[in-house]
Amino acid sequence: MRDNSELIHFIFGRLTWAAIPFHVPILVYTFIVVAILGIALLATITWMGKWGYLWREWFTSVDHKKIGIMYMVLGIVMMLRGFSDAIMMRLQQAMAFGGSTGYLPPEHYDQIFTAHGVIMIFFVAMPMVVGLMNVVMPLQIGARDVAFPFLNNFSFWMTVAGAILVMLSLFVGEFARTGWLAYPPLSGIAYSPDAGVDYYIWSLQIAGVGTLLSGVNMVVTIIKMRAPGMTLMKMPIFTWTALCTNVLIVAAFPVLTAVLVLLSLDRYVGTDFFTNDFGGNPMMYVNLIWIWGHPEVYILILPLFGVFSEVVSTFCGKKLFGYASMVYATVVITILSYLVWLHHFFTMGSGASVNSFFGITTMIISIPTGAKMFNWLFTMYRGRINFDVPMLWTMGFMFTFVIGGMTGVLLAVPPADFELHNSLFLVAHFHNVIIGGVLFGLFAGINYWFPKSIGFRLDAFWGKVSFWFWLSGFWFAFMPLYILGLMGVTRRLSHFDDPSLQIWFQIAAFGAALIFLGILAFLVQIYVSIRNRDSLRDHTGDIWGGRTLEWSTSSPPPDYNFAFTPLVHELDAWADMKQRGYQRPEQGFLPIHMPKNTGAGVILAFLAMVCGFAMIWHIWWMAAASFIGLIAAAIVHTFNYNRDFHIPAAEVARIEDARSRLLAQQA
Amino acid sequence: MTQATDAMNAPPAQGFYLTEEHHPENGTMLGFWIYLMSDCLLFAVLFAMYGVLGGNYAAGPGPKDLFELPTVLLNTSMLLLSSITYGFAMLEMARQRKGATLLWLAITGCFGVAFVTLELTEFAHFIHEGAGPQRSAFLSSFFTLVGTHGLHVTFGIIWLVTLMVQVTQRGLSPENMRRLSCLSLFWHFLDVVWIGVFTFVYLMGVLR
Amino acid sequence: MSTASELPHGGAAGDADVDTRHVHGHDEAHVHGHGPGGAAHGSFKGYMTGFLLSVVLTGIPFWLVMGKVFQDHQTTTLIVLAFAIVQILVHMVYFLHLNTSSEGGWNMLALIFTMVLVVITLSGSLWVMYHMNANMMPMSPQDMRNMP
Repeated sequence: MRDNSELIHFIFGRLTWAAIPFHVPILVYTFIVVAILGIALLATITWMGKWGYLWREWFTSVDHKKIGIMYMVLGIVMMLRGFSDAIMMRLQQAMAFGGSTGYLPPEHYDQIFTAHGVIMIFFVAMPMVVGLMNVVMPLQIGARDVAFPFLNNFSFWMTVAGAILVMLSLFVGEFARTGWLAYPPLSGIAYSPDAGVDYYIWSLQIAGVGTLLSGVNMVVTIIKMRAPGMTLMKMPIFTWTALCTNVLIVAAFPVLTAVLVLLSLDRYVGTDFFTNDFGGNPMMYVNLIWIWGHPEVYILILPLFGVFSEVVSTFCGKKLFGYASMVYATVVITILSYLVWLHHFFTMGSGASVNSFFGITTMIISIPTGAKMFNWLFTMYRGRINFDVPMLWTMGFMFTFVIGGMTGVLLAVPPADFELHNSLFLVAHFHNVIIGGVLFGLFAGINYWFPKSIGFRLDAFWGKVSFWFWLSGFWFAFMPLYILGLMGVTRRLSHFDDPSLQIWFQIAAFGAALIFLGILAFLVQIYVSIRNRDSLRDHTGDIWGGRTLEWSTSSPPPDYNFAFTPLVHELDAWADMKQRGYQRPEQGFLPIHMPKNTGAGVILAFLAMVCGFAMIWHIWWMAAASFIGLIAAAIVHTFNYNRDFHIPAAEVARIEDARSRLLAQQA
Repeated sequence: MTQATDAMNAPPAQGFYLTEEHHPENGTMLGFWIYLMSDCLLFAVLFAMYGVLGGNYAAGPGPKDLFELPTVLLNTSMLLLSSITYGFAMLEMARQRKGATLLWLAITGCFGVAFVTLELTEFAHFIHEGAGPQRSAFLSSFFTLVGTHGLHVTFGIIWLVTLMVQVTQRGLSPENMRRLSCLSLFWHFLDVVWIGVFTFVYLMGVLR
Repeated sequence: MSTASELPHGGAAGDADVDTRHVHGHDEAHVHGHGPGGAAHGSFKGYMTGFLLSVVLTGIPFWLVMGKVFQDHQTTTLIVLAFAIVQILVHMVYFLHLNTSSEGGWNMLALIFTMVLVVITLSGSLWVMYHMNANMMPMSPQDMRNMP
């Protein structure tokens, strides 16, 4: 009997039936719903016989446009999960006053706010930002693909592997109860002995590798693969912000990797980095993780500044006001973002000199950001503004983000921060900039480039419905939190004693309900657009009268993006081409050199995920086997020298002729 | 004024697109360099960790009690020798001499193995004396910093062996030469990190 | 302004803005194919110079520390650090073949940026943590060493 239990322990590590939360009704129902939906989805794909198509055309694709779209889908799916966490928290906080304890026990509530933060940052904002850059940036610089197409595919699947691990924690074991940055000593083995923090560590570690590699990939793409004539100061502004963001990714993510390695060593090996005894220092974790964490904030927002710039200039029919100042502002933010990390822990006990240094650097960052805001305003000034959906999101952003920016400057003042630290004021502030900046930017970007990447427009009516619900919902949901924060209510509480506060939480819950309708309207928008795709289809390839190169090719672009590599003469190359009488070439096509699809990325990421799962549950044999498998598979992949092919000139001619006919019909 | 506007509106002489195939420069070397820069920051964190916690012995052994500089010197010379032999391999590669390249690569690999072996012996010795990574924050950060460097060297050796097989199979093709150049960067980069390690950890540790 | 009339296509107006060297440069790069962006593989002389310099630059600090040449630890520390910086530069130049022109200067730019961040990370962490320790755990370094 004893031998048997040892054998079972060897095979399954610490994974037992007790890890499956049968006793938590919410999770059981969620699981049933997810299982039914999942099986329905899988069955539909099987019934339609689409597995081969998905595998050949999407999963193994190295085409940057398809990978970008897959990133967006991942982000949207994960947003649904992250948002259900949000609405559960809002509901709990609106209910749990005085005698009522609400419907979520504290240990469950703690998992929910942790998962909400982790998912929204790492598996919603990051994939969608990276996805947008993937779809748009190579097109904007006139390239055929990114510099390392296989790596791009691999990065995507690593992100998926991380996301799957987070989702798995819902039904196998539990997630961390530590808050989204897992500060020790709470996240140390002494206070979090279960698998939650390990899920956190391994999902971020695996997704982090993907993000880092995709950062390297895009930096090299922008440096090396710009169309001839496109000097740095002739790059579209979105590409500039993408460059700065990816530089930040390359420079910041290794710090996260290192910190998480140190935390896992504390948990697995028993080292003393962040412990309270044996000379460890938990404050060092806070210090290091924010050296990553603050640049991360700018990693998220910078590309969206690029999106707003593109949208503003396109929808006002003007070139962007102050292009050069926009570029300099972006670069300045990139560098300054490394000099402000301590403002996340003013209250931890540094002296006046340290706090004032970081307070001042933080305030300085608002200057280039403010410059950007004025550039957008001056672009709109005397422009013929077209109030289409992307422009609405942009204007919603300008109203909302400025408030978030100003509360940020407020928090940058150390004495004020001493009052507001860890309060709901802070929660309201960062949601103000992340929803008002990142999310609104993503929606602007999705509405703006959807026709380019898919071939038909998104329905404008439902887009507007979604926008207004989001905007009003945001203000209802977060303005009460500012007020509560000023009254001293701290974050991450699942129960309140003072019933006079309840009304504010109920208003916030009402706001969350409006946001829910906004998300619903967005899904309806996609559904309606797909249903009406024929009437929404765009044959011109330049539906908005765009100014940059991505609008010079068809929608969706062919695999090779451009039949002939464009030659750039001016900033806003496509506007320049249109103005100077560009004629689309209709003959003289050449064979085009392209990378081959490969399944290696899926396989490697799958092995990484298995390795992560085995480490979480201490299944050492499986961890070792999958790690060795990972290395071996990577080595085997390097023996494949046959990685590219040529699209024959006849095929290029066929695709281009088909487009010529469509354009002729249109005219 | 009118003329300038006309020129702005006329199509350019070079046209709007290339009529021949476009070959952007290969980005592999730059990409690998950028990866190394990110690795550099990973080591920076570990150095910062050692800098902050390196004095916390928790009433346990300190650098003076543990470090044996002659071993470290021997270790350092292994790495330096492997650097110059890798350099020779690169020179032979540039002359397209496959056999000589492979020979120098093999010698480099041997020095690498010697380095890792010496390091593991040192670690085993410390652990045997009760100075394992769990003993104090100083030892935790020491083992992690030096161990991460050693892990990099180990991966370098695995990569080196892989490349030797590939060079044997396919010769010094452009792809293989590019891969050898990447490994060269990696290998010399680890040297640079080791300079930091022996100065910051070992020499300054003994001085502390 | 921007709606000025379109000229007939194909008119050959001079446009000095475009740098056509790019176009040719790519073809040349393609001929080299394997070249790591035109970076040199170094020369025998270069490698040997680098090696000898690094032997000297490694040997002296070890000798200074092992032979206890200076009584004052601080002097030794500063000299050892200076040697390390010089040796890192030697390795960069002779082994990594770093110069301002390789990869169009991007290698150098990336290195400088990284070094700035390394300095920020290292000195920032030490500064911040020194303050935290001084304010939150007031004790001498000697006590820190022996604290359980």
